[in-house]
Order: sequence, then C-alpha cells, then structure tokens
Amino acid sequence: MITVRNLEKQYSGRTVLHDLSFSVDAGEIFGIVGRSGAGKSTLLRCFNGLESYQGGSVRVMGKEVSTLDGKELKTLRRDIGMIFQNFNLMGRRNVFENVAFPLQVWRRPKAETEERVAELLELTGLTDKRFERIQNLSGGQKQRVGIARALALNPKILLCDEATSALDPETTLTILDLLQDINARFNLTMVVVTHQMEVVKRICGRLLLLDKGRGLSLGRTEDLFLFSEKNLKNFTEEDYALLPSGTNIRIMFPRDIARQAVITAMARELDVDFVIVGGRLERYLDKVLGFLIINVPDESLEKVLRYLREHNLHREILDDERHVGERTG
Amino acid sequence: MSGMLVSALGETMFMVLVSTFFSALGGCTLAVPMILAGPAGLRPNAKLYAVLDISVNLLRSFPFMILMIALIPFTRLVAGVAYGSTAAVVPLTIAAIPFTARLVEGSLLEVDPGVVEAARAFGASDARIIFSVMFPEALPSVVLNIAVLAVTLLGYSAMAGAVGGGGLGALAYNEGYIRFKADVMLGAVAVLIVIVQCIQSGGNYLYGKLR
Repeated sequence: MITVRNLEKQYSGRTVLHDLSFSVDAGEIFGIVGRSGAGKSTLLRCFNGLESYQGGSVRVMGKEVSTLDGKELKTLRRDIGMIFQNFNLMGRRNVFENVAFPLQVWRRPKAETEERVAELLELTGLTDKRFERIQNLSGGQKQRVGIARALALNPKILLCDEATSALDPETTLTILDLLQDINARFNLTMVVVTHQMEVVKRICGRLLLLDKGRGLSLGRTEDLFLFSEKNLKNFTEEDYALLPSGTNIRIMFPRDIARQAVITAMARELDVDFVIVGGRLERYLDKVLGFLIINVPDESLEKVLRYLREHNLHREILDDERHVGERTG
Repeated sequence: MSGMLVSALGETMFMVLVSTFFSALGGCTLAVPMILAGPAGLRPNAKLYAVLDISVNLLRSFPFMILMIALIPFTRLVAGVAYGSTAAVVPLTIAAIPFTARLVEGSLLEVDPGVVEAARAFGASDARIIFSVMFPEALPSVVLNIAVLAVTLLGYSAMAGAVGGGGLGALAYNEGYIRFKADVMLGAVAVLIVIVQCIQSGGNYLYGKLR
C-alpha cells in the first residue's frame, strides 16, 4: 500500500528524516511512534503530499508521491483520509456540513451526499448530533466527526495524526475501538502516528519507532514490546525498584502462556521462594500479554533459570546495578 | 439648521456606504493574492508578496488629502466630475482598498491552519480553500473589520467634504467653524458620534451572531 525507500527530508537546511525504509501492507494498522519532534507527523504528511521530500522514494498505491502533478495529487488525496490531533473541523459549520464538505468539494450529487453523510453519522454514532454546532461537542464527539469526514470519500488509507492525544484515557479507548472496527469492517489500511504507548499496543499490528528522524526499530508490536526491544525499552521504561540482593528476572508471557499460572506452578514445583518486584498484564491488540519481574535468591537462581528454559519461557536477567544505583543513589 | 443637518447626513451616509462597499470588495479581492503568496500561504511566493506588501504600505502612507488631490484627474475620468459626494467616493475607495486588504489579510491569517490543512488533505483546490473554507471561517472577523473600515471612511469623508464632497464634516467646518455657528458645529459632531457608535455596535452585534 505504502512503500518508503531511503526517504530523506530536509527542512531549511536541517535533515528531519534520515534514510527511512519500510512498507505498510494493505489492511494493517501501522504505528509510527516517537517523542514529539521525532518527525512522525512530517513523515505521515509525505504520504499524501502535504510535505515534500528531497531524497528516496514514497510510493503510495503504486504512485511516487513527489512526481504527481496537481490533479493527480488531488486524486491521491481523495483516496487517503486523514484525522488530526486538534480535529481541524470548521467551527462555523455544523456536524452535517463538516462531514459533507469533502463530498461537496468532489461535486457529488446532493442526494448521494445526504445519503453518505447519514451513513457515516450512523457509523460514528453521531446521528442525533447531526445539526449540532462543533463547539457544543465533546472532544470525543469532535474526533468522531473528524473520522466521519475522513471516511466520506471512501478512502483506501486513513492517516491518523496523534488522533487521540487531546482526549482523556476513556474517550481514547472508545475512539481506538471505533478505528479498529472501521479497519476490520472496511479492510481500511491505517497509519497511526502517536506518542502514546497505549494506542500502539491496543491497535497497531506493526510499528516503526522514530527518533530524531531516524528509524530505530521496526517490527511486530507484540514482539517489540514483549521482548523488550532495546530502543523501545529506552522509550517506555518504567522504573521498578529492584531489590539489591538476589537476581532480578523479567519473565515475558506471550499469548499461549499468558493464561497459565506459570509462576505459581514454578514456586510449587521447585519449592523456592521469590519476591515479585513488579509486572503487568496488558492488552496487545486482542490478546492479553504481559511480564513479571521476580527477585530470586542466589541459591535458587540456577534452578529457576533451568525451569524457565525447560518451559520455554522468555526471560531476561535485569542489570540491577544500574537500577539500584538510580534508586538508592 | 436641521434641514442642513439632514441633507449633510444624507451625503455622509452616501459617501460612507458606497465607498465602504467598493473598498470592501476591492480589499477582499486584493487580500486573496496576498494570502496565497504570503509566507504561510497556500502558494508562498516571496517576490509577489513583497510587491503586494510594499504597494499596500505605499498607498497607505499617503496622507488622504494629498491622495485625493493627486487623484483628481482619475476621479474626473471615473465619476465625470471632480467634486461633490459622488466624486468623493472615488478617492475614498482607493485610499481604503489597501487598508481593507491589510485588515482582511489579518482576518484570513487568523483561520486555524489545521482547518486549511484538513481541506487540502482531502483534495480541495486552492480556490475552494479560500472561498469555501477561509472566507466563511473568517467571516465574523471580516465583518468586524468592515465596521472599522466604515468608521475610518466616516473620518476620511469629513476631509473629502472640505474640498466639495459635502456631508457632516463639511457642514461642521464650513458652516459651524468658519461662520462661528457653534450649534451647527456641535450638532454635526453629535450626529457623527452617534453614527460611529451605531456602526461599531452593529459590527459587534453581527460578530456575535455570526460566531
């Protein structure tokens, strides 16, 4: 759907995107993650020609974006919907008029426009807000209007630029559910730019981690998070107060193991005591996955490690000195 | 005295309304290339913007009296005569167009760039963006600026009156000040005060309604 090869972008003499290469497959939800200023939004805007690029290639639905003329670019944009952090709705028009605007721009017949808008408002749960002014809507409702507008022209790709960053956590979840539902129902390819890890974990199948315009990691979300990929870890690191004695082990639970009570089984079977330092079970896409950090006394370390190896559990011995230093220092 | 006031009021209203209408039209038209070519515009063009920018500043720096006199041949060409209320409309409009263009440019620059970007993102043309997004979104602010324009033109029309345009300004000066009729002068000034108040309140009311 989108293929990026050695993309370079300069902005007033400064390189803001360095040699990026990746591709987004049809029907997937692809995340672009990074801190603010990492170049995520700029990268996203290269896909629909809102930003130009100086080197490399961006092919969207088979077309090289930088070579398109005015008319071709408009056609490409018709097939790519976009939603924004601040919704970017027209304040002086009501919900209906905002959603209908792309259809009017493309001169669709009035009857078709009305039918399509009614359909979209139904999909986004805004039917009763049809004639409401934008300023009377909550943030979540505004983003629903944004989504309805972005889908008006039946796009093949939806670009989401920090679409939930201005929303509270609960509303964020409802918007993510809506996006996921749309993705599944219309097999719509989505590229999601965000700095919120919850967003990535919940809806993105694959992700690109971007830092200062460089791609740090690329892969399946589940793998990158579970196996605590080095760069992503620097990005998401939660600090747990690790115990100074014994050995801290982080145990990962991929999907097939998450449901089994491995930890208690291990304690019973090996008859060892250990301390639970921290951990978390999380929803990644539709699966529950997680990790647990335990502290094992030195005398039982070998037994525990052997047990974990035998049961094929993913584990990692944490470099506790650093943590202890940070914590107690 | 009241007869003089009424006919002067009529002349003033004529000059202000007609010149406000044409300069609003001209100013909005001139604001379009300015907003297109401006540094944050849809098609930034530094050279074109510099030309427009300097021309606007140049015209605005002319003292109105001088501009009016310099424009006499042009006024005669357009209006047929060089003095009277109808003739005064020509220099009033020309003096106000660059001023209005600057005000409208300011109003259009206030439109959230995100809204413009969203329109671009679904394939709207520049003309669509300007006329279906920017102007409608900026309308309340444009209306408020047109009230400012009308008040400014009211002031200018008093000067035009002094060289044969008629109106309240001319009445206050020629009849009131020169002939020592304090009541005429004060009467004319009082009417001007009321007009300014009405224009500004009307502008504010529309602004509130449109927002």
